[in-house]
Amino acid sequence: MGIHIAVCVKRTPSSASVAIDGNGQIQTAGLPHGINPFDEYAVEEALRIKEKIEGSKVTILSAGAAESEEVVKAALALGADEGIVVCDPAFDGSDTMATSLILGKAIEKLGDVKLVLFGKQTNDGESGHMTALVGARLGRPSVSAVRKVVESTEDAITVERAMDDGADTLKLALPAVVGVSKEINEPRLPSLKGKMKAKKAVIAKWSAADIGADAALIGKDGSPTSVVKMEPVPSRGAGTVIAGETPEDLAKNLVEKLKETKFI
Amino acid sequence: MAYEGKGVWCVGEVQHGVLSSSLFELITAGRKIADARGETVTAVLVGKGVSAKAEEAASRGADKVLVLEHDALEQLVDEAHAGALTAAAGAEKPKTILFSASIFGRSVAPRVAVGLNGGIASGATNISVADGKLTIERGAYGSAVVATVAVNAVNGPEIITAAPMAFERSAPSESKAEVVNGTVDPSTWTQNTEFVSFSADESSEIDLGGAEKIVAGGRGLGNAENFNLIRNLAKSLGAAVGASRAVVDSGWIPYKNQVGLTGRQVRPRLYVACGISGQIQHLAGMKSSDVIVAINTDADCPMMKMATYAVKGDLTEVIPAMVSEIDRARGSSNGS
Repeated sequence: MGIHIAVCVKRTPSSASVAIDGNGQIQTAGLPHGINPFDEYAVEEALRIKEKIEGSKVTILSAGAAESEEVVKAALALGADEGIVVCDPAFDGSDTMATSLILGKAIEKLGDVKLVLFGKQTNDGESGHMTALVGARLGRPSVSAVRKVVESTEDAITVERAMDDGADTLKLALPAVVGVSKEINEPRLPSLKGKMKAKKAVIAKWSAADIGADAALIGKDGSPTSVVKMEPVPSRGAGTVIAGETPEDLAKNLVEKLKETKFI
Repeated sequence: MAYEGKGVWCVGEVQHGVLSSSLFELITAGRKIADARGETVTAVLVGKGVSAKAEEAASRGADKVLVLEHDALEQLVDEAHAGALTAAAGAEKPKTILFSASIFGRSVAPRVAVGLNGGIASGATNISVADGKLTIERGAYGSAVVATVAVNAVNGPEIITAAPMAFERSAPSESKAEVVNGTVDPSTWTQNTEFVSFSADESSEIDLGGAEKIVAGGRGLGNAENFNLIRNLAKSLGAAVGASRAVVDSGWIPYKNQVGLTGRQVRPRLYVACGISGQIQHLAGMKSSDVIVAINTDADCPMMKMATYAVKGDLTEVIPAMVSEIDRARGSSNGS
């Protein structure tokens, strides 16, 4: 029978070299974009569950610009079955709360989704809140920071969640929403056949109307939070080079500094 | 029908019998908001056995401690903890609810935000209130950018997760806040999660998240055996152990010790980077540390350039010398 798994992925700029314009807005136009690196683990885990539960299907879902099709196709090349981009100018300026509504509505429209997977966080917004937000939107259980899927069946998923002082094992009745960390697996590379298939795939585009998203709850006006400005992190002032000819001298002079700053 | 909330809640985490000091960071942040608005700060403890921590929470500068105690909350189950908090906040109507951006906070806060129709902002490193309006600062794009985010929740509370270690911990005080027991009724939430088990880590190492001091090792150590140098120095300084991605990928140390964009983001008072050249992904995870010490043979690498104190030298020589020097320093200070 199998289960229908949805993986939510985001197209993000490579975070290493963002620039900010004079109005405090982030400039990402010229930057290389790709799938949010954390999402690759979610895609991989979905494919592994699909391979375990015969007859399962993996749908890749992305909300954002029309170009999100690229990252959806990249996931199809790895073995996912279908892709959907939820895309509408009305979504512009959506914060995490509004985005969770959009993703939740899209998942509901898919109809028979039993398991929703997310990466730990995005490399641009970095909130790490989306797994729990969408879980709550759907009225279903959610768990974040999952480092291992212990067991997955058509009815439940048992996972290991990394905690600060150990690990919790939790069993979630499906449908459920799971956020995975990067230690969960080693993502595969696309096959040539997969790439060919992805190239030809038709990616459905859903609008706000298609998913029945209330206009008052999406976009900038429907978002309870908004980014006022962005600034580069101020660079740290020049430091001190610790003097010393021998390791002993270096150690002594450094420890002296650490004593001055009360660390010792 | 606008939401009429009042007061700041700071949600404390009690896990496996330990009250996280992140609560005291939240009380500092909460006090700032409450003072600007003429409101009060309530420390909220949710779980099983949390009553035993009420005294401790009450002496850290909050005006009130609200205890949400129930057997059903023995272990962290997102639906249950969020359910208990949602019901309590729905009844008491705080204007603001602060969580730590820990695993607990990132798991529970969003569910509370949806449950109460509020707004949520994540990873606050600073909080300010002007004309009653709340804004936060947060890192974004691999901590290359500081974003200022306005929180304007009209239909529910403002919910913020605060970056661990971003706010000073509130000091213990003589005065004790009033302790109030709240109601927890598991029938107010739906639970489709079964808690199976908890397995504690074997090591008793300090966790990176709330560490005041971190000693981290990188590829410059050369081999897995040399990572013991890091452990020795960490022990000597009373620090947590961190690592670069390269050495985690090499299997010298578990992933939970990884600092950086794809690992943990930390803000200790002291970060000692040993043999870590400072790739941008690693810097993203630690550059907000107050004091950075770099030890490296390459004086021109990015970590050495950004360090508060840069030490050019061989780790296998400098670290043991440091440990001796620290032991000596402690010995003499103990004697005086």
